[in-house]
Amino acid sequence: MKKLINRPEDVVAEALLGMAAAHDSLRVDHENRVVYRAEPARTGKVGIVSGGGSGHEPLHAGFVGLGMLDAACAGEVFTSPVPDQILAATQGVDVGGGVLHLVKNYTGDVMNFEMAVELADPAGIRVVSVVTDDDVAVQDSTYTAGRRGVGVTVLCEKIAGAAAEQGRDLDEVARIARDVNDRGRSMGVALTACTVPAAGRPGFDLGEDEIELGVGIHGEPGRERRALATARETAQLLLDPILEDMPIGQGEQVIAFVNGLGGTPLIEQYVMFNEIDALLAGRGIGIARSLVGNYITSLEMAGVTLTLLRVNDELLRLWDAPVNTTALRWGV
Amino acid sequence: MTTAPGDVIALGAFQAWIDAFARLVQQNRDHLTELDAAIGDADHGTNMERGMTAVLEALADKQPADPGALLTATGMTLVSKVGGASGPLFGTFFLRMGTALKTEEPIDLALFAGAVAAGVQGVVDRGKATSGDKTMYDALQPASETLNEAASAGRDPADAITAAADAARSGCAATTPMHARKGRASYLGERSVGHQDPGATSVALLFEAAAQAVGS
Repeated sequence: MKKLINRPEDVVAEALLGMAAAHDSLRVDHENRVVYRAEPARTGKVGIVSGGGSGHEPLHAGFVGLGMLDAACAGEVFTSPVPDQILAATQGVDVGGGVLHLVKNYTGDVMNFEMAVELADPAGIRVVSVVTDDDVAVQDSTYTAGRRGVGVTVLCEKIAGAAAEQGRDLDEVARIARDVNDRGRSMGVALTACTVPAAGRPGFDLGEDEIELGVGIHGEPGRERRALATARETAQLLLDPILEDMPIGQGEQVIAFVNGLGGTPLIEQYVMFNEIDALLAGRGIGIARSLVGNYITSLEMAGVTLTLLRVNDELLRLWDAPVNTTALRWGV
Repeated sequence: MTTAPGDVIALGAFQAWIDAFARLVQQNRDHLTELDAAIGDADHGTNMERGMTAVLEALADKQPADPGALLTATGMTLVSKVGGASGPLFGTFFLRMGTALKTEEPIDLALFAGAVAAGVQGVVDRGKATSGDKTMYDALQPASETLNEAASAGRDPADAITAAADAARSGCAATTPMHARKGRASYLGERSVGHQDPGATSVALLFEAAAQAVGS
């Protein structure tokens, strides 16, 4: 597998150096591997911290900035960050309004963020955690680790970020974040696996004419292997499980988010969006806003995830609010 | 180093245990990676190796005065360096062992077995696994049970720990046909069946290291 890297063990450190060099809007604590806004938020604003394994860029460091995150913690590739990092970030962003932790639902992420909160408590910082678990590919039951946090995480960071920027308090920002998570669902498909730098080979083998349905963002196998299908057929394969799990009525409005997993060209993402657009129109579901591109990736995995978020006026206002990050920018 | 009933485990044996575990993790890194690629995200081998390398550095730097301090330093380093689910889980295991041993030195088998049980409880408190979930617990629990039974029966440390290592190995092998109910493997559903759990494999290595350190 060809990669444009130096030594595998240096990938994360070097990427963070690259980000700091490329973007004046960011301040990077290289020792703790936390990415902050260069211009800190005003006193009293709720601080928003997220983080996770590296390899999903632009998530999360690409979303640090006005109207979105205050800090992002970068773990090793596909590995949760450690409590020390999260604690440093929490202390770093606290300006008196308390801190929101946005955590994707993976065993490691949840545990490390929990351990960090146990450490933050004596430091006297109020922390509220919201976990995203929008992936319908996994049954949420006592027989699994619960549903994975995927595409809705991006939407949550934007919308909760806007609420915090507007000066709402910690409990309100957390309520909004939870509401976004409750109103969104996602489903993914992969056309190739990805290769973790340290592993040196793909996480699974897919034949030339196979796809993996129900993938997450960590390169692990999905729920089901199928024959390669057209964009039209694949769109149906993504949409059906979402609507089965979260029915959306005629006349309802959504944010439709087609996300590239890293290895699928934008031209194909737009072909997919066209199919989703047609399918939703056929059901009388209105697309109020859209997002298409690579926002929560899995290294170079080819494939897409589809996220639908049922919106209302308030959520749309927060979505439209100004945001100025390296990966998402409007209204400024 | 042979032992006899009533013998105790000295600080040097704990250092040897951690050294041996680090060595086994390094030797098995690619194997652990492969196991984790099959039912996870392929980072377990790398993470554990990185963690154990940092542990050896930390111990060389701190020079802990007793086994409790040694295991506490091991646990804290793993929490700070490994990440993922393994960091908190393996870290908590050693942290709870360290707490249980206090400043005692040398350690008799009963105290050691009790500390291992405390470590296992820590893993359960943190990760909430039960038997059959296809996790590190499936190797930890039989090892701890065997160790504590051997301690009650008055066996000597080397025998007891060797038996525990065998139990860990069997427990690990038993994860292969299990359907994962915890962790990343649980997303795969039935597709996790037929693959040995990487976390349980690391636990088998941990007890093999203990047997090497204390055994004859």
